[in-house]
Amino acid sequence: MNPNLPITEDDLHGYVDQALAPERRAEVEAYLASHPEVAQRIAGYAGQREALRDAFGPIAEEPVPPQLSLARMIEARRSPARHLPWRAAAAAVLLLAIGGAGGWLSRGLSQPAPAGIAALAQEGADTYAVYASDRNRAVELGAADREQLVRWVSNRLQRPIAVPDLASAGYRFMGGRLVATPHGPAGMFMYDDDHGTRIAMLVRPMEIEGDTPMSERSRGAVSGVTWAEQGLGYTLVGAKPADVLHPLADEMRRQISAGQDSVKL
Amino acid sequence: MILVEPLIPALRRYARSLLRADAAAADDLVQDCLERAITRWHQRRADGDARTWLFTILHNLAVSRLRQAVRRGWHVPIDDADEAATARPPTQEAGLRHGELMRALDTLPEEQRSVLLLVSVEDLSYAEAAKVLDVPIGTVMSRLSRARERLQRTMDADAPASGRAPTLRRVK
Repeated sequence: MNPNLPITEDDLHGYVDQALAPERRAEVEAYLASHPEVAQRIAGYAGQREALRDAFGPIAEEPVPPQLSLARMIEARRSPARHLPWRAAAAAVLLLAIGGAGGWLSRGLSQPAPAGIAALAQEGADTYAVYASDRNRAVELGAADREQLVRWVSNRLQRPIAVPDLASAGYRFMGGRLVATPHGPAGMFMYDDDHGTRIAMLVRPMEIEGDTPMSERSRGAVSGVTWAEQGLGYTLVGAKPADVLHPLADEMRRQISAGQDSVKL
Repeated sequence: MILVEPLIPALRRYARSLLRADAAAADDLVQDCLERAITRWHQRRADGDARTWLFTILHNLAVSRLRQAVRRGWHVPIDDADEAATARPPTQEAGLRHGELMRALDTLPEEQRSVLLLVSVEDLSYAEAAKVLDVPIGTVMSRLSRARERLQRTMDADAPASGRAPTLRRVK
């Protein structure tokens, strides 16, 4: 048989992975028949593939542990301390489709969203989940536009808002944006360190719990330290343990209560 | 409608085989992945494939976990990891070959191991693997080629004097 195209290394892998169209597969088989050394190498690769499938295949046969039940995860997000954001509710519908979802949705939506510190912490975690993972547009105004950003956020929150400086702790100010919460606009400021690890602070006015000591919360790998002072609530969120974030939050609070003279405009 | 639940067993398998960690550590990672999927479901591209998307999230989490481990200077001791990381309690003869395979797999750099596992075990197409790894398809092919060559070399070197290990027999 005369192949139309020369057999390439990619064809050989495609042969191993059974990814070739039947005609090409036949051409590769013909080629292998006349090239025993290549055939031996490719047989080795096919054997590897089978051995790997044999070795790891049974993992997928194991029963899935309850920890990984989607229904349970969604239930946990709906616990009284955190309201279920509508987007997660929509996601839940799609993730679970019809099975086993009965009843939770109407309850999730009819529950009034808590307004205090717990809600702020949740909003911080949600904001972080959306923006910290955004490689190209994590912030709308960068560090160079700091002055404009501060003016924007301060105007919309109708309060002078300070951007704490975390350079001494190894975190560069990246910039920020205005974000929407169920309790009106909030300012988000993002920082990163030399490893590219991002942390974000969310700030918004508090209708209730306007003076609250710091508290820590964690959800999966993401933690937050949340507090409120003089009617403004703050939450510092990052993919770090809460005890790592806490000193950074302390520093932020120190600068904020020092009367904003730390703000470099 | 796309369902995530049927994909969970494969996500667990990929986490455990890539990290070569015990079931608990791998499942923690899968849990992170699913939680992100729940929060970011709306960010998923409408034309995207849920399986590729979930594997992408999981892969990125696994890689950052592996890199953290390297930075912190700890690693899973291979001998301890072997039995825990793979599901099969091997028979004696099979166990020998199984051990060789696992050790050979451990010698691969993460970028080669991930391609090999996604393609060989998870049955992702080359294009899907390219999406998950965020590299051009040509890079997938060259990593796959290097992974297979290196695995073969390591296993040949490890094989008993009787010659090539019988696991390498062509199965068709």
